[in-house]
Amino acid sequence: MRKTRRRNIKITISLAHYFTTDKMNNFSYTQAATAKEATGIRKDKADAAYIAGGTTLLDLMKAHLEEHSQLVDINALPFRGIEQTKDGLRIGAMERMSDVGENALVLQQYPAVSESLLLAASPQLRNMASIGGNMLQRTRCGYFRDAAFPCNKRVPGSGCPAIAGDNHNLAILGTSDACIATAYPGDLSVALAAFDAVLTLENAKGKQRRVPVTEFYLLPGKTPQKETVLEPGELIVAVTIPAAPHAQRSTYLKVRERSSYAYALASAAVGLDVQAGTIRSARVALGGVGAQPWRSSEAEKVLTGAPATEATFRAAAAAALRGAQPYKENAFKVELAQNTLVQALLKVAG
Amino acid sequence: MDTAEPSFFETNPKAGSVGQPLSRVDGRDKVTGKARYSAEYNSLPGLVHAVLKTSDVAKGRITGFDTSAALKQPGVLAILTHQNLPKLAKTPNDPEGKKAIGAPMGFLPLTSDQIHYAGQPVAVVVADTLERAQYAAALVRVQVTAEKPLASYEDPQAKLFDPEKVQDGKTPGHTVRGNPQAAFAAAPVQLTHKYDHAINHHNPMEPGSTTAHWEAADRLTVYESTQGVTRTQKALSTMLGLAAEQVRVVTKYIGGGFGCKGSTWPHTILTVQAAKAVGRPVKLALTRQQQFTSMGHREDQTQTLKVGASKDGKLLALIHEKTSTTSLWDNYAEPNSRIINLLYACPAFESSYQLARANVMTSTFTRAPGEAPGSFAIECSMDDLAYQLGIDPLEIRLRNHADKDPTNGKPWSSKSLKQCYARGAELFGWSKRNPKNGQTRDGRLLVGWGMATASYPVHNNQGTARVRLYADGHALVQTGATDLGTGTYTVMTQVAADSLWLTPDKVRFELGDTKLPTAPNSGGSVAAGTVSSSIYMAAQEVWQKLIKLAVKDPKSPLYRAQVAEVMVDNGRLMLKANKSKGEDFAALMKRNEMADVEGNGNGKYGAGYESGLAPGPASSGHQDDQAGHSMHSFGAHFCEVKVDPELGTVRVTRWVSVHAAGRILNAKTARSQIIGGSIFGIGAALMEATSRDPNYARYTNASLADYHIPVNADIPAMTVEFIDEHDPYINAMGVKGIGEISMVGVSAAVANAVFHATGKRVRSLPITPDKILAAKEVQV
Ligand SMILES: Cc1cc2nc3c(=O)[nH]c(=O)nc-3n(C[C@H](O)[C@H](O)[C@H](O)COP(=O)(O)OP(=O)(O)OC[C@H]3O[C@@H](n4cnc5c(N)ncnc54)[C@H](O)[C@@H]3O)c2cc1C
Ligand code: SF4
Repeated sequence: MRKTRRRNIKITISLAHYFTTDKMNNFSYTQAATAKEATGIRKDKADAAYIAGGTTLLDLMKAHLEEHSQLVDINALPFRGIEQTKDGLRIGAMERMSDVGENALVLQQYPAVSESLLLAASPQLRNMASIGGNMLQRTRCGYFRDAAFPCNKRVPGSGCPAIAGDNHNLAILGTSDACIATAYPGDLSVALAAFDAVLTLENAKGKQRRVPVTEFYLLPGKTPQKETVLEPGELIVAVTIPAAPHAQRSTYLKVRERSSYAYALASAAVGLDVQAGTIRSARVALGGVGAQPWRSSEAEKVLTGAPATEATFRAAAAAALRGAQPYKENAFKVELAQNTLVQALLKVAG
Repeated sequence: MDTAEPSFFETNPKAGSVGQPLSRVDGRDKVTGKARYSAEYNSLPGLVHAVLKTSDVAKGRITGFDTSAALKQPGVLAILTHQNLPKLAKTPNDPEGKKAIGAPMGFLPLTSDQIHYAGQPVAVVVADTLERAQYAAALVRVQVTAEKPLASYEDPQAKLFDPEKVQDGKTPGHTVRGNPQAAFAAAPVQLTHKYDHAINHHNPMEPGSTTAHWEAADRLTVYESTQGVTRTQKALSTMLGLAAEQVRVVTKYIGGGFGCKGSTWPHTILTVQAAKAVGRPVKLALTRQQQFTSMGHREDQTQTLKVGASKDGKLLALIHEKTSTTSLWDNYAEPNSRIINLLYACPAFESSYQLARANVMTSTFTRAPGEAPGSFAIECSMDDLAYQLGIDPLEIRLRNHADKDPTNGKPWSSKSLKQCYARGAELFGWSKRNPKNGQTRDGRLLVGWGMATASYPVHNNQGTARVRLYADGHALVQTGATDLGTGTYTVMTQVAADSLWLTPDKVRFELGDTKLPTAPNSGGSVAAGTVSSSIYMAAQEVWQKLIKLAVKDPKSPLYRAQVAEVMVDNGRLMLKANKSKGEDFAALMKRNEMADVEGNGNGKYGAGYESGLAPGPASSGHQDDQAGHSMHSFGAHFCEVKVDPELGTVRVTRWVSVHAAGRILNAKTARSQIIGGSIFGIGAALMEATSRDPNYARYTNASLADYHIPVNADIPAMTVEFIDEHDPYINAMGVKGIGEISMVGVSAAVANAVFHATGKRVRSLPITPDKILAAKEVQV
């Protein structure tokens, strides 16, 4: 997998006239007490950024992949709490991954969400990292992460060396000629996408809007630099997950070559409502294989109304991966993702 | 044994502290932060900071710099490039210079406008704070003309060639023993397999770091993260045109080396030159990303191994070829053939190396260089042979047991491999193994058992030490050795304590300074054997001095005895013939108003010890021919894995290692070495791989988030045992090294267990889920 073999692809090395200037500019830091204050500061400074746990943002800044003149600390914002609402369980964007993962309501009503959180990163990171920040983490594509390489996502129009290079951890669904990254490499949003979670966003005018997680992320198309529908300065306030029998009977299965502290090669968030051996409703999303968290209505269609058998699950897995476009090093993901999905379904089917 | 030198076996038939599981004597200093590493000499007067600016591209030419913005920054002191680096007396850029310096790489960055590999330093920026240096480095504009690089031997443009020698001239490019081609052709059983090994990086916790302090125009002290202060001193003084004694190298603590700190790499001399340019002490620590392109790596490689055998599983021929990537200047390849030639009785052997030059830095020794990937090939093939012939994998190894060294016909100085097999099998429960693969399940998971043999040579070496025994019963023990973090401080304290019949708390042991007596590089597993015997020999000189004093002292009960008639036991000097006649050393010293007595010792390790022919000081010569015995450690690993057949994940669930490596100096630190090496090997087996982009020849995962090494959850409780060995031929202490054997055979044991579990033979490391899914099942 990691032993990259050369392919017969013509590649032109762009003549780098200058090395990347990886400068770390001075930045100022402000703690905002209210959403209004936070959005107000950001509104005036195009290159300001919110900082929550900082576990994504500081890494990107240190690697010179993002530059900001101002950091607005949003940890004091009242985007807290995990509470039951009429729309479902509402989780404040500032809640920490570890707290949410271990929360009794989450564990009981959305096992897949809890697992997606507790299988992620490391305990130290989970203690720092927020739910909102998690959803805005960025790709682990090695070319994106090293400013010495061209990368359409980082520098639009510079090219995508991953297509002819090291793509073992990149996507096979929803990619484009411009970018084949798993733009969101993490876990939580995969589970959220599966269970119809809805984000509450707030802009500088104090106006809130609700966006389903499945519509929050954008496919790369010709503009891989644009990853979500979040407007500049808009805040993630909370995420609400509707209650459902298929959410209660759910799991998140994550595959990676080491037992912990690694991103998914493939993952599956699944939930089933099975009655008398028949699947009444099903939810399926895949991680590690899509350009974005990959909700599979194709798989769900196969599952719904079908007997909860392995044959059904295999058919659903085949449907989920039907449109896959593998590259040289990530072709294994077609099979791996199907198997992951089947195993996850077998587990929840009991 | 004809050397007349004293040996620990005779003077200390009952060890005291030696062998005991003493906790690390430096443990407290380490956990309290008192231990100072090479980048922590922060109170040097006027200390400033250097950072490297490295090349984005792997091939090209620097056409200009724009340093104006950087130089305007506050605190910036100097920007060194190839245009203004202070001139060196010698560089490794020509073979003569490389040899004189002992450089690992025949190219020094900042000596020309050429860019030969990605990550090559192109400028050094010095400023009063680290942050200012980093910022200024970012502002340096480097104008380049980039060219298309070659990434590896797999590149269609790469030109393969047959080197006359590899590994810096130490290993012949082609070796033949017997008539291998004919023997293979005639063999009733023939196997031919290819084995791939990914690029691996050492990734010690402590990155390479240097603090350089010119105390005068001709006097330099360097605090360096190195496995050998003497080798660094030689390299630096040669490049600078100074006498060795004008350069002092200090290394009190090292946070792991694994071979990458075994040589002096470019960043060290660049820091020294930066300190010269600014006239102040300068500190440089590599970033984690720079660590991937600054201190070598284990090269990407393919091996082809042909095995000819009889129907009853006896080896008849082994033919080994290795193809690997090297740099533009050096013919470096790990000597994989060494262990393949040696491990089993086989009448015919051939090995050859092929190299291809690419735009990479020179690879270097990485824990068990050659032995680790070489054992992967031979130990997987032995497993194949066992399955093919329906013989137990352990039994086939016993059938091919080499009762003497097959490469030269010499007897072994000691070899307890059969005991290692037997004990390992017992601890593991090997006899319960299902002979068929793919048959054992734990729920959905397939369970498999595998084993492999380990071996590592005793490399000829020597060193010196100084022991000062005080009349009040404490001692100062000094040698210029280094402690990679493995426990050298601790085990040498124990050796000194026993040699002087003191308790360990009465011994102060110092190392890591060229002002101290010369000791070899801690590499090639030579430190324990060489340093321990140096200390032991120095203690013997102390006792000889005291005996001579006693026989001339009219007040001593030993007055007028012959020196040869006096012995020492438990700190008491006494007549051999009448042990009641004698006195304690302290009484003798106090009466003679001697505050202390000093002894110096020269300890030899390996062939030089047996033959009496020493190699030059601190040089590791391979003079094995000089000895009557062949000297090696041996061991065996047993591994259980559980494989998810659907998901391709492999988890090691049980591990047993049994080794025989002469005298074990400390049961606790030795165990740590073995589990450390085994985990290192499990990493190489299942996940470690640096990915070099085939078009840009630049690494795509140069971070510890993306270069995966095992986490705790990947490693089960490990069972480690040692077989006691009494080997009087290797050194005065009877000690063989264990730093590297711990890793040999590990990846094969894992791969063999995976095969047993799944019937899938993966011959490409690391064994990742994609390879498990893609492999074909073979039922045997
Ligand atoms: C080594 C490592 C391994 C990891 N492994 C995993 C893994 O296995 N699985 C996984 O899912 N994740 C993994 N992660 C990612 C980790 O989960 C994220 O870094 C973390 O969740 C980000 O949260 P944060 O609060 O620290 O975000 P920050 O770093 O503070 O912010 C991230 C981004 O989100 C923006 N932001 C933050 N909060 C808001 C908000 N409320 N509204 C609008 N914008 C906001 C910030 O401006 C910034 O752009 C890993 C990270 C590391 C470093
Ligand atoms: S896959 Fe996307 S992120 Fe990776 S190099 Fe290509 S454009 Fe950049």
